[in-house]
Amino acid sequence: MLDPVVIGVITFVLASFIGFEVITKVPTTLHTPLMSGSNAISGITVVGALIATGGGADTLATVLAFVAVATATINVVGGFLVTDRMLGMFHRPRRPDDEPGGGS
Amino acid sequence: MSPNLRALLYLLAAAAFVVGLRRLSSPRTARGGNAIAAAGMLVAVLVTLIDSDVSWWVIGAGVALGALVGAVAALRVKMTAMPQMVAVFNGLGGLASALVAGAEYLRSDASTLPAETMVSIIVSVLIGSVAFTGSLVAFAKLQEIMRGAPITYPGQRAVNLAVALLALGLGTWAGITHDPLAFWVGGAVALALGILVVIPIGGADMPVVITLLNSLSGLAAAATGFVIDNSALIIAGALVGASGIILTNIMCRAMNRSWTGVLFGAFGGTAAATGPASGSARTANPDDVAIALAYSSQVLIVPGYGLAVAQAQHALRALSADLEKRGVRVAYGIHPVAGRMPGHMNVLLAEVDVPYRQLLDLEDSNALMARTDVVLVVGANDVVNPSARDDPASAIYGMPIIEADRARSTVIIKRSLAPGFAGIDNPLFYKEGTSMLFADARQALTDLATSLAAV
Repeated sequence: MLDPVVIGVITFVLASFIGFEVITKVPTTLHTPLMSGSNAISGITVVGALIATGGGADTLATVLAFVAVATATINVVGGFLVTDRMLGMFHRPRRPDDEPGGGS
Repeated sequence: MSPNLRALLYLLAAAAFVVGLRRLSSPRTARGGNAIAAAGMLVAVLVTLIDSDVSWWVIGAGVALGALVGAVAALRVKMTAMPQMVAVFNGLGGLASALVAGAEYLRSDASTLPAETMVSIIVSVLIGSVAFTGSLVAFAKLQEIMRGAPITYPGQRAVNLAVALLALGLGTWAGITHDPLAFWVGGAVALALGILVVIPIGGADMPVVITLLNSLSGLAAAATGFVIDNSALIIAGALVGASGIILTNIMCRAMNRSWTGVLFGAFGGTAAATGPASGSARTANPDDVAIALAYSSQVLIVPGYGLAVAQAQHALRALSADLEKRGVRVAYGIHPVAGRMPGHMNVLLAEVDVPYRQLLDLEDSNALMARTDVVLVVGANDVVNPSARDDPASAIYGMPIIEADRARSTVIIKRSLAPGFAGIDNPLFYKEGTSMLFADARQALTDLATSLAAV
């Protein structure tokens, strides 16, 4: 049986490679939504914050967990919403001849 | 719920993040991708709520507060203020990860924690803390609460290095001895480190800082994933970490700087190497420029952040719509550092309804240059400076540029001949075929549209 931390390291390394592969395909036009969107994804730490609210009556730990839930939620809700708002602005040209370049 | 099912559902969430990011490869699929990633987040949250012993009132209060603040910020933020907002969000993500690790530390008996969990907790607290305060300073600079100029003092590098080593040392000490004081002081030193590292970085280098902090917020989340042994956090954190690193590299390449140079060296000092370029600039009036534009077949607009400062995006869009009605093909050449964060200018133009296919990156802009009749430079300077290509003595030598000097003619809208941010003179201003339209960007574009109507 593998140690959980080893499984974690394997997961981390493979996910990093997937990240590099996927992110290099994002065009420069979408780099700002990429940043806000990936920011929302890093809000996954909300899972840790939710778990941290339970188990034990340590007051300071409860305060930390509360702040963690609030800040991670800002990240998730704000991040996905602002990304959606931005991506909604990107649209295709209304006429096909709006394309730049090309000789005529 | 069985641990296996739980693990698979977390994997589903992580897969949704990968698919969401994959769909960002085209503006057509990007919005749907964002929704998929958000759905993945919802799955992860629901699984956690169903399966964990949680405190509902703490969560209720925290989520209500966070959702309200997040939604209001997301819906009200101006597109010009996006860099500040992303900086704050990065910081909050880092803070949340650090706090989760801190709460985990408080709840456990440190002496019984396995060594690898203790290491993960410390890494998460250190990275998360640096990301938090570093982002707040970046926010303050971008929001102009703080001066954007670098804040430097003698021995700064040595101090920063010492503080970084102190944070690492305290973290290591806390890991070995389980001394709680070392743990908390280490966290506090990391908070100070975030401030100290970002204050010497100037406004022009902010895009690199934001992308680096983006990466750190992801890495902090991954470290927290090790603390609570959760694959969704590890995968998501790794994805975001990779994304931030890629964007950091792109920004550094676009500015011809190394990330160590950005972090450890303040910009400037070599600008004196370039003397003022010789020759005189040709001044044009709006009527001349309007005629030149109207009889072009291809116009390339090169916008810089000065466009956003003058709030001239709408005027620019109106002018290009008029040109398109006349059968002129219009494209926008966007340098990676045209805005204040990667892709920022693209968003500012998308906001005023410029179709994304007209937004060309550096390579495509330069490929179009030989067929371009007029390049219209609005609020940009250094990104079209041929010295970066031709003059090895120039401070910006080696920085990739939009080669406006290769087009048939260039029109530069600018308030005066004053050099740009880097303090470097621009030979393009004095080149044959270049004319200067001295005016405020918005006024100039409005005047051009008026003159164009009369052509």
